[in-house]
Amino acid sequence: MSHTDVPYDEGYLDMDLLRFTTAGSVDDGKSTLIGRLLYDSKNTFEDQIEAVEATSKKRGDENVNLALLTDGLRAEREQGITIDVAYRYFATPKRKFIIADTPGHIQYTRNMVTGASTANLAIILVDARTGVIEQTCRHAFIANLLRIRHVILAVNKMDLVDYDQEKFDTIVDDFRKFASRLDNLVDMTAIPISALHGDNVVDKSDTMPWYEGPTMLYQLENVYIGSDQNHVDARLPVQWVIRPHSDEHHDFRGYAGRVAGGVFKPGDDVVVQPSGFTTKIKSIETLDGPVEEAFAPLSCTVTLEDEIDISRGDMIAKPNNPPEKGQEVEAMICWFSESTQLQPRGKYYLRHTTKEVKAIVQEVRYKVNINTLRKIEDDKNFGLNEIGRVSLRTSAPLHYDSYRRNRQTGSFVLVDAQTNETVAAGMIV
Amino acid sequence: MEQERNSYRVNHLAQLESEAIFILRETAAQFEKPALLFSGGKDSIVMAHLARKAFHPARIPFPLVHVDTGHNFDETIQYRDDYVAELRAELVVGLVQESIDQGRVQEEKGAFASRNALQTVTLLDTIEENQYDACLGGGRRDEEKARAKERFFSHRDDFGQWNPKNQRPELWNIFNGRKHHGEHFRVFPLSNWTEMDVWQYIKAENIPLPSLYFSHKRDVVHRNGSMLAISDVVVPQEGEEIEKDVTVRFRTIGDMTCTGAVYSDASDMDAIIQEVATARQTERGTRADDKRSETAMEDRKKEGYF
Repeated sequence: MSHTDVPYDEGYLDMDLLRFTTAGSVDDGKSTLIGRLLYDSKNTFEDQIEAVEATSKKRGDENVNLALLTDGLRAEREQGITIDVAYRYFATPKRKFIIADTPGHIQYTRNMVTGASTANLAIILVDARTGVIEQTCRHAFIANLLRIRHVILAVNKMDLVDYDQEKFDTIVDDFRKFASRLDNLVDMTAIPISALHGDNVVDKSDTMPWYEGPTMLYQLENVYIGSDQNHVDARLPVQWVIRPHSDEHHDFRGYAGRVAGGVFKPGDDVVVQPSGFTTKIKSIETLDGPVEEAFAPLSCTVTLEDEIDISRGDMIAKPNNPPEKGQEVEAMICWFSESTQLQPRGKYYLRHTTKEVKAIVQEVRYKVNINTLRKIEDDKNFGLNEIGRVSLRTSAPLHYDSYRRNRQTGSFVLVDAQTNETVAAGMIV
Repeated sequence: MEQERNSYRVNHLAQLESEAIFILRETAAQFEKPALLFSGGKDSIVMAHLARKAFHPARIPFPLVHVDTGHNFDETIQYRDDYVAELRAELVVGLVQESIDQGRVQEEKGAFASRNALQTVTLLDTIEENQYDACLGGGRRDEEKARAKERFFSHRDDFGQWNPKNQRPELWNIFNGRKHHGEHFRVFPLSNWTEMDVWQYIKAENIPLPSLYFSHKRDVVHRNGSMLAISDVVVPQEGEEIEKDVTVRFRTIGDMTCTGAVYSDASDMDAIIQEVATARQTERGTRADDKRSETAMEDRKKEGYF
């Protein structure tokens, strides 16, 4: 198998990019599905296939085990499990894909959260024999919490239920009932597949004539993600101040950063937080000369009409639509640390966009039982993989949006002041 | 609405570029003394190009560091010196030969000796000597299985070692570079790029490359499944198959003793992209150093290899 039948043309220089995450347990066939996607879309190389064939043979596997294509570190291969987020890449003539491959067991919730944080789409795998189980609900809950708008419900192992439509329909109904409580999932597509045999993954299957929907790859290639970026609320967190100190650019002061929302153009009125000074955008500079606009998620350098004291961590926005400002925020957090629990009144560094402040967790409001979605209000101990709502107070004002409105300006991490470990991920309510 | 869809579309190369520039700027901002590892290979050339874009019109605010095994192709060194001059960047060279002379490392013996493993010591010495607290590298997650879980900000302990269990989660655009004294980071802005992305970007940005990447005539010897260029440091042994004046090119550029050539007529960028699109072997499939064992890369990384 090789790339030989992939046509090459100039279009390759101009593809869309889709980031997706896959959640499922070892038994759901997640690794087999990813292996199948890579293999059938001709994104595997001969030396990789040879290595996998050799390993399969050595282990006495009956078929070539496509799951081995995505196995990473030796520690994992020995244990036969995936313990961290692994990133995979493949492309078709239409799109480039980045897969955040995460283990699905409850003890890896934090990895799922990590993988989901940058994803446009989530594939949630269900075993056709067992249907929607606790774990399925947990995956859907996390996808929703991290504001993934698009979900593919992949009902796998259809070969083991005789490709039965009724089985499939029941599972889809069950999932829809649950998902109706999740408000961020705007788009759900259910696909009956067999990752082992390749049915409806890349190629349409003859075994399920009753299914008239897209194959998985078709859906990945065509799902519309253009409106996922916020192009309304202009936000530019300042990352770095460019001062060349050269004769040629003697007075040049450029404010560099990655646009986190909206659109900036020369002549636009802007306000700089926290100082609150207003000015106008003078120019947007690049190596290839000035450009007419900058928008999310592009990295840019802007110059301003007036000399204002601006440093890293400041936020450039529009005066008629500034971000929220405050030292007290409410947030949903997921605890990441294996070694420490959340300390009530404990002090942490809070990293938000390009800013770092100190923060105290004032109160744990509640935790969520992520299998039942029930609130837990009588147990405030916050440990590894737990998700819940807290109130925080920061040492300096944050300029933020709700996570629901903007994933970049609405998110933060907490860092342990002693160990420097990233101990929690937070989404501002 | 229809208009907004089109005008704010950002294609894959622009997204990857934006992400890499973001990481380069984070590195400059979060660390006291970063450095960019420059090998003269295409990935590090793309990195230097991105760094130039990230800080324009200022100069790149950190030095380019080259760990020179002494077994580099002449073309690589020439290219390096020209490119550094064009960027007006600072260049720091760590010499493996010096590490050998100082007795810091033992050179491998025998006909198949490689200095690849020795680089690690020279690299760590160079980092320590100059007190770099973050080293930017061109490593990509698609290169090899052991890299699939690598972070953008990869934490190393004060022995320069990478512990897969001690890596920090990376969410959204937030990268935690806080560290204790003596610890440092490796930073990989190209993590999400594939070999194809790199080539496409080089074409789209019209970045000049060392001539080794394009097809040329050369004498080669076949050794352990790789095709090595015959030189002072790669001397054919008895029984080894030699080919004279064959048309080859290199897919990666590194130490002459372990960087394999491939048969190729690809003499320009379009031909290379076409070739990459139809390749039947991964890029590192031409690297003899990865063939030593199935987990060769993982082992080297734990010791501090880039």
